[in-house]
Amino acid sequence: MNKNNSIFESRAQGNLKKRHRVSKIWRSSFFLSTTIGIFSLVILLFSIINQAFGYVIVENNVDPASLSSMPLQSLEREELISILQENVSKNRFKTIQRDNPVEELKRSELVGLVTSEIIKPTTLKSYFLIPSLTNKAEIIRTQQDEFPNAVVQFRSWISPSFLTDPLSTNPDTTGIRTALLGSLWIIVVTVIIAFPIGIGAAIYLEEYSSNNWLSRIIKTNIDNLAGIPSIVYGLLGLAIFVRGLNLITSGAFIGIDQSNGRTILSAALTMSLLILPLIIINAQEAIRAVPSSLRQASYGLGATRLQTIWYHVLPAAMPGILTGTILAVSRAIGETAPLILVGASSFINKDPSGLFSNFTVLPIQIYNWTTRPQAEFRNVAAASILVLLIVLLTLNTAAILLRNHFSKNKAA
Amino acid sequence: MTENKNQPIITVKDLSIFYKTFRAVKNVDLEIFENKITAIIGPSGCGKSTVLRSFNRMNDFIPGASIQGNILFHDKNIYDEDVDPVQVRRMIGMVFQKPNPFPKSIYENIAWGAKMNGFSGNMDDLVEKTLQDAALWDEVKDELNKNALSLSGGQQQRLCIARALAVKPEIILMDEPCSALDPIATLKIEDLMRELSHNYSIIIVTHNMQQAARASDMTAFFTMDEDRAGVMVEYGLTTQIFTNPKNKQTEDYITGRFG
Repeated sequence: MNKNNSIFESRAQGNLKKRHRVSKIWRSSFFLSTTIGIFSLVILLFSIINQAFGYVIVENNVDPASLSSMPLQSLEREELISILQENVSKNRFKTIQRDNPVEELKRSELVGLVTSEIIKPTTLKSYFLIPSLTNKAEIIRTQQDEFPNAVVQFRSWISPSFLTDPLSTNPDTTGIRTALLGSLWIIVVTVIIAFPIGIGAAIYLEEYSSNNWLSRIIKTNIDNLAGIPSIVYGLLGLAIFVRGLNLITSGAFIGIDQSNGRTILSAALTMSLLILPLIIINAQEAIRAVPSSLRQASYGLGATRLQTIWYHVLPAAMPGILTGTILAVSRAIGETAPLILVGASSFINKDPSGLFSNFTVLPIQIYNWTTRPQAEFRNVAAASILVLLIVLLTLNTAAILLRNHFSKNKAA
Repeated sequence: MTENKNQPIITVKDLSIFYKTFRAVKNVDLEIFENKITAIIGPSGCGKSTVLRSFNRMNDFIPGASIQGNILFHDKNIYDEDVDPVQVRRMIGMVFQKPNPFPKSIYENIAWGAKMNGFSGNMDDLVEKTLQDAALWDEVKDELNKNALSLSGGQQQRLCIARALAVKPEIILMDEPCSALDPIATLKIEDLMRELSHNYSIIIVTHNMQQAARASDMTAFFTMDEDRAGVMVEYGLTTQIFTNPKNKQTEDYITGRFG
């Protein structure tokens, strides 16, 4: 007995130390990977936020105090209109009247008009968030030394008016509305096109097609399509939708033709091609994961194939299908390259009004602004990136809520 | 209990079933009688389930499965060109090895099949009636809107039986319905089968010889021949098969000498 014990004791130790050491190394390297990932994300967010807020040195063409003793925001509409009339030339006022009749404008819009027409603030210098927080005295000194007529303000580059104002060439007054609406239009139309087609294809491939060489080739190629660079889809969209189907995509067939095929419809069709493989692959996976016992139960009750798919397979697969769609939409909303090829406008200030409008999207605006020489556009770009991230998060949250709704039906 | 009182409701003539080129079942002749419980027993892989599934054309969904021979249901071959397999499955219902209720409420589980079959009467009555027939009503009558997956295994299986009854079949096929259940739940299902046999014909595949002996009227014994194809060795009254088997193989199997 004793002898057995000691034999065991010598073996019991075994490679324990070595094993623990090895497992510790692996554990730390896995932890390191996670840390690197999280760290990169934090850096990314930090650098965006750093650029989207900070002090600016602003010089006003006309001092607001000279226009009225009270702050502009508290003035009545009539007072604002009279200020406008007194301070701009007659011709300019006529032009303003022609573009937007002042009598119909809201108070906030009048304030904006007075600001852009009379006060004309110009950002002379802008600072990032970190120097703004740590070095305010230096900023104020710079202002006093170099720009004695200017004032120092803390500016959040992302603001309600940034969301609601149209694009402009002036970084101080530009908003993002045109691009935001363009992005939303394209995403919505893309999902409307790609979601049913993708699910339909997945149902056919999983539930109907027999497993022969043709269907295997099709399945393999759909997998490959998901990996094709998006610029290739852009070229395809340019050739097929913008040029080939110009009659339809430009709206000429119903008598609208302002955009020569470079429309929201062309862009959405191209995006649909881009995300179809993703939707199909994920929907296939989800449909394949539906247990066959569910199908058998349905068939055993004398249900047809269509009834089985419609009432049992699809509802059970829906959470997985929606997950795939979330991924696809997230990809589509950040795509830039194919849209440049399909002809996104680099600058428009007219909101997209329908399928046949010109468009621009958030990523393209961000790209444009980062290529401008003025430093302020970098702040604007950072603010747009925040908007893009918020849009993405909102869409994903909506989709996740929808998915949870379906999962709950399944399990509860 | 004599068989000549009853007309056969299903007549199997020279049935062979293939999976691609492999012959899984060879030359089976069998007569299933109305309002009787017919058990199919035999060792694993002898094609019992395959034969059962051929009775309501569930094998159609297996790629490469094909049959030779005839399965006559009310004197009509269910594999004829002009027969709609969906209609066959409505008249010959099925209960599976693992309870597989739909992930819906108890009520909807029963109502769905009936709805798909164009049932237009009072659905509440139908649900109550079939749940009573399946001896489940008393246990679930207060929680019909509860998800069926929250029931116990035995309750789920009885729900699956109720669901099959709601379509008003003539025959109910049961593919090892108790293999996933505990002995008490098993006993309940067997009692239920006895009740149901007054109105339905039941064919049950089982691994459990005691179950066949306890619960069935007729027993068919299947085994494998040398090339692994399933063959029917002996078919007769359950009492006769278990007390006085004519075939040596049957005797070996039921006395536990193999299988």
